[in-house]
Amino acid sequence: MTETPNPVAFTPERLAKVKEIIARYPEGRQKSALLPVLHVAQEQWGWVSSEVMDHVAELLSIEPVEVYEVATFYTMYHLDAVGKHVIEYCRTGPCCLMGGEEIYDYLKQKLGIQAGQTTPDGLFTLKEVECLAACGWGPVFQIREKFYMNLTRERVDEIIEELSK
Amino acid sequence: MAIKILTEHINVPGIETFEVYRKQGGYSAVEKVIKTMTPEEVVEEAKKSGIRGRGGAGFPMGMKWGFLAKPEGVPRYLVCNADESEPGTFKDHHLMKCIPHLLIEGMIVSSFALGANKSFIYVRGELMYVIRILEKAIEEAKANGFLGKNILGSGYDLELVVQPGGGAYICGEETALLESLEGKRGNPRNKPPFPAVKGLYQSPTVVNNVESISNMPWVINNGGDAYAAIGIGRSTGTKLISASGHIQKPGVYEIELGVSVDEFLNSDEYCGGVRKGHYLKALVAGGSSVPILPAHLITKTAAGEDRLMSYESLSDGGFATGTMLGSGGFIVFDETACIVRNTWNFSRFYHHESCGQCSPCREGTGWMEKVLHRIEHGHGSMHDIDLLVDVAKKIEGNTICPLGDAAAWPVASAIRHFRDEFEWHITNPHEASQPGAVFMGAVLA
Repeated sequence: MTETPNPVAFTPERLAKVKEIIARYPEGRQKSALLPVLHVAQEQWGWVSSEVMDHVAELLSIEPVEVYEVATFYTMYHLDAVGKHVIEYCRTGPCCLMGGEEIYDYLKQKLGIQAGQTTPDGLFTLKEVECLAACGWGPVFQIREKFYMNLTRERVDEIIEELSK
Repeated sequence: MAIKILTEHINVPGIETFEVYRKQGGYSAVEKVIKTMTPEEVVEEAKKSGIRGRGGAGFPMGMKWGFLAKPEGVPRYLVCNADESEPGTFKDHHLMKCIPHLLIEGMIVSSFALGANKSFIYVRGELMYVIRILEKAIEEAKANGFLGKNILGSGYDLELVVQPGGGAYICGEETALLESLEGKRGNPRNKPPFPAVKGLYQSPTVVNNVESISNMPWVINNGGDAYAAIGIGRSTGTKLISASGHIQKPGVYEIELGVSVDEFLNSDEYCGGVRKGHYLKALVAGGSSVPILPAHLITKTAAGEDRLMSYESLSDGGFATGTMLGSGGFIVFDETACIVRNTWNFSRFYHHESCGQCSPCREGTGWMEKVLHRIEHGHGSMHDIDLLVDVAKKIEGNTICPLGDAAAWPVASAIRHFRDEFEWHITNPHEASQPGAVFMGAVLA
């Protein structure tokens, strides 16, 4: 798990990316950059701490509370430190029809954790999410940008083994 | 072979690149509008096509464009809604991933029609890999002179920005989407004013779905009248249907509006029928929000006519015996599916996704989830069924945005058509609360 360093600073490449994002919007509308910049922050630190949010507020010239209210509204931003791999498991109807609940139970049992928890070795955090728009290929979970689809017990075994290396 | 407007070239190797897309005739609609048409003429073609919004509401796109206010000296915006989050719906995901230039071309044509010089594609944040695909396509289009300053030497400038969401179903509602795009929580706005007058940054704005915009290149190349000749009645053109659940071949299919539900469900060209050894119990035809239908009302209407995949035929009979085409999220349930469990699941979804702004939705979705949870888990009472109907009624029509209706309809329709299954859960609590327990009465009777 990564702790947020103090003082908070983006890497030079990411800072350049943040500036490029801010420049996309009309003058005075830099607040529009908030959601994309929070994604960049999460890419760097794995989650968004209040120190990171304060830093983002400073970069966008907005009040810290404007960042807090957004980061807590949207489900993709992790507000606590997470493991190396965050498994975001779809629990919505169409995936359940394809055996999603059974596979989810299996995954929880395999990792020995419940939703919201991280394995003791810090490798996996489990998070329940709603529909990922991949219903025809369910059951589905997502780790960062990658979709793992048509999950079976065997497939779950393979994925966990691969990511544990 | 049925006509394909959106997916004709989707399986061509390399179609995600500018080069291959261009070889297949791509960007010819941009050339045509920029070199030979006025914005008003493009709007006119959209009107003639009769195309209706493909996100779920089905509002005529050309008419929506016609409402756009055009005060002097104020920028106008086009925003593409790619926040696809309605359970059962994954068509836009598929289209953007496989053939990104189609949406980019549609955005250029549509932006030109509306007089927008900066347009946005708001994509749900979970699809970050798709965002990267779109950004690459935009770079390619720009490098080839189809985007940026002075497009094809015409003096028309257009910049496209892809905006990631943060994970919130509510941002599929157009005013919540605009709030989100302004860097705020996704709370839907009170209307009026409508986005056409005051939208993004308080400027006139049009919000259209991915699939709607992606139809525009074909409409321009072939004419609005040619588009209107496809389909049936006021359901013109084709529609992407994302099929999931207990079928042989889940996936995304482009249909001509008006094919029969029977053909779509059972022919090998589409779903290939209910999975082997099982039979049809229920269907959600247009995404989780629309009323669920029992087997006997799916392929035939209550009047005994063939049910068609069109806006009109699917809604035939109103909510008493019909449903809606919605977003085209076609979810099939065979006899192993538990309607109570699925309804509880959908209710939990809407409770989770309610933005919390309006009390009937914030509180009502929570109560529906709780009551359904206790029925499913063997702690319900008969009074709970009427309580659910009552709560659903009190949410419907009493909220700023349609999420309230979307949460109420699945519950009300499940009870309307499968009341005996709810009753069975209450009278057989021990059996019903077993994992995988399913009431078979309704389908066997």
